Amino acid sequence: MSGLMERVTQKALALGVPLSVHLDLTWRCHLSCIHCYLTERNGRELTTAQLVRLLEELAECGTLFLLVSGGEVFLRPDFFEIVEAARELAFSVRVKTSGTLLDDEAARRLARLHVAGVDVSLYSHRPEVHDAVTRLEGSFARTVEAVRRLVAHGVKVRVVQVLMRMAEGEYSRVRELAAELGAEYSLDPTVTPRLDGSRSVVRLNASHAAWRKVFEDPELDARPEHCPLSPEPQEAAQTAPEWDSLPCSAGHTSCYISPSGDVYPCVQLPLALGNVTERPFREIWADSPAARRVRSIRVADLPICRSCEFLNQCSRCPGLAYLEGDLTGPSRLNCEQVFARTGRRPAPLAE
Amino acid sequence: MSELYVARHPAAAWRRLEDEVIVMAAQESWLFTLNEVAAEIWEAADGRTPLASIVRDRICEKFEVDFEQAYRDAEELLRALAERGIVLLSETPLEAGAP
Repeated sequence: MSGLMERVTQKALALGVPLSVHLDLTWRCHLSCIHCYLTERNGRELTTAQLVRLLEELAECGTLFLLVSGGEVFLRPDFFEIVEAARELAFSVRVKTSGTLLDDEAARRLARLHVAGVDVSLYSHRPEVHDAVTRLEGSFARTVEAVRRLVAHGVKVRVVQVLMRMAEGEYSRVRELAAELGAEYSLDPTVTPRLDGSRSVVRLNASHAAWRKVFEDPELDARPEHCPLSPEPQEAAQTAPEWDSLPCSAGHTSCYISPSGDVYPCVQLPLALGNVTERPFREIWADSPAARRVRSIRVADLPICRSCEFLNQCSRCPGLAYLEGDLTGPSRLNCEQVFARTGRRPAPLAE
Repeated sequence: MSELYVARHPAAAWRRLEDEVIVMAAQESWLFTLNEVAAEIWEAADGRTPLASIVRDRICEKFEVDFEQAYRDAEELLRALAERGIVLLSETPLEAGAP
């Protein structure tokens, strides 16, 4: 995080401003990705009018960064109406899509709306592997074509790869493909449990050897210095744990809003704060007991993690911990990643 | 002195955060902040209000500064921002309203 972004985030924290919001317009999707964390596809969705009102509320609350995602956002016929409303309200809008439904006209419209960027998921540089993940034949070709279209119209594209075992040795090829296409590249090393806590998809995670490789790759943002608990990881051995520091930004300066209007601290922390069809967002954000609970937690309140020798080398995710059963407990997945990184087992893995 | 009109560039994303304005220039993914005085000008930069009116009505009285000096400072800032594509400047009113 840049110095200015850090200062702005600290100011938002002090003022109680939800600076960044992840808004899912729909959970419907024509892909059936094998690692998808969603458990419900056809639930209730906010109407166009409700979404526009919500955007107005978010702008009033000070939200600047808006991630518009899904499901597949292009399955909402009013997608552009919503993005237009967001841009009129001066949000910095990122869009996340598979790209498989994005035609040239859509790319042109996104460019004209000056979205900050589009995140496109790509799981391998090999079409057959990508298509096996999405379980839609031809999806690789359509996604790559979408990246080309967006780039041709001047839209910034970031190819996002979730690292999975079947393609774990090939991420550098996906990164090369992104560069060839004129896109940025980002790697997410973790397949998370599904929103109902089911761990069936976790087996898709990369091996420890592959994790170690990506954690040591200087070109990736999965390196230890990006650990939220570790402001100065290069001096981890000498640094005392920051007991008063926050586990992450979820619920502090950022939140997630589901297609039906449920507000969570984060998409990976499905702890319901309230629903925007029942209460104004501002009240949910300010007064929800669950939000206050999340905001009260400091590193010193993590009964196991606070005394872990790897605290400063861990990218502990409160959402993963919550999905594994305890918001203040350790996340086994994060412990495994520490093991992969250091070759030594954190205490929870030894139990 | 000819009139000068200023509009926020339509690509900019922005939000007021207490006494300052945070601006995200979409094309460069470039974030910067405007101080209290510049924030007043930014919010008034609708492309239709002459800069002189903005300075007189929103700067001079509120910050108790001399008009000539304030106008020169504002113009200098806005020309720098225009060079970076953050605002649009024109001697005639600008039609395209910015967000």
